[in-house]
Amino acid sequence: MSGDNSKEAIQEHIRVYMMVFGALAVLTVITVLASFLKVSTSEAIFLALIIASVKASLVAGYFMHLISEKSMIISILLLTVFFFFIMIFLPLISYTDSAGVHVPWVSIK
Amino acid sequence: MEIPYSIEEREDTGLINSKLGIWIFLASEVMLFGGLFSAYIFLRLAAPPGDFEYWASKLSVPMATVNTMVLISSSVSMVMAWASLKLKDFSKFKMYMGITLLCSALFMVIKYFEYTSKFSHDIFPSSSTFMAIYFTLTGLHGIHILGGVVVMLYFYLPFSHQLWHDQPEHFTNRVEALGLYWHFVDLVWIFLFPVLYLL
Repeated sequence: MSGDNSKEAIQEHIRVYMMVFGALAVLTVITVLASFLKVSTSEAIFLALIIASVKASLVAGYFMHLISEKSMIISILLLTVFFFFIMIFLPLISYTDSAGVHVPWVSIK
Repeated sequence: MEIPYSIEEREDTGLINSKLGIWIFLASEVMLFGGLFSAYIFLRLAAPPGDFEYWASKLSVPMATVNTMVLISSSVSMVMAWASLKLKDFSKFKMYMGITLLCSALFMVIKYFEYTSKFSHDIFPSSSTFMAIYFTLTGLHGIHILGGVVVMLYFYLPFSHQLWHDQPEHFTNRVEALGLYWHFVDLVWIFLFPVLYLL
């Protein structure tokens, strides 16, 4: 954590940690309850990933102190996120391309 | 010999070396788990309709929900252990680190019962594509938990406490690096839980 390390500042942090803990517990219950909703698969995936992203942001922002972290670490993480999304979407590119699909031979006159 | 930049920040990075090191390590971990999540998406897209849903229905959502709460609690106790060191309260650090260790043990015990209940029903990684990726992802995550427990035990047991007496700030910075790793393990589970159990 960068910034104020005084006793008062740490005690204020502890108060925030407890609030984040409560929010994470509530969001976990909401995640489970949302799975019982009668929605399509794509809507269910969207909803679950939104809630998971909010929970992950709370953990990264407050427990890992990213909210007040130095720019060096933020830039490393932005680079990581960029390559992470490339890796996540590579299968989709592979899935939608036509390589390996049999195309009947057509003679060119 | 004193390790350089373990307490004071480097001028060029503005960080202590351990913090920069653990974040670069975590970046590589993002790519490791990212690769497996990517494999999950690919396998799910290529699977027959309803196949992943059918196999996912064989998993125990209540057990996984309890495990999620356990891991979140361990993350809170870990950050409290670090905050206790910042407040120079070593006995509270021991207490919170002990709670984190207990939560980690509880997580692994629940995971053990989950795995053995699958095996007792003749469900193995070879049973289906879903089970293969399920055991791979949760197994790798479990190995990360065990790795964290080993480091936590090092800081919990007396043989590392001399550093606290000699260089409290250095000890605190080491615990902060451990905490960052532990929160990352929690973060991975936050995504594993809905992806494997609920979708």
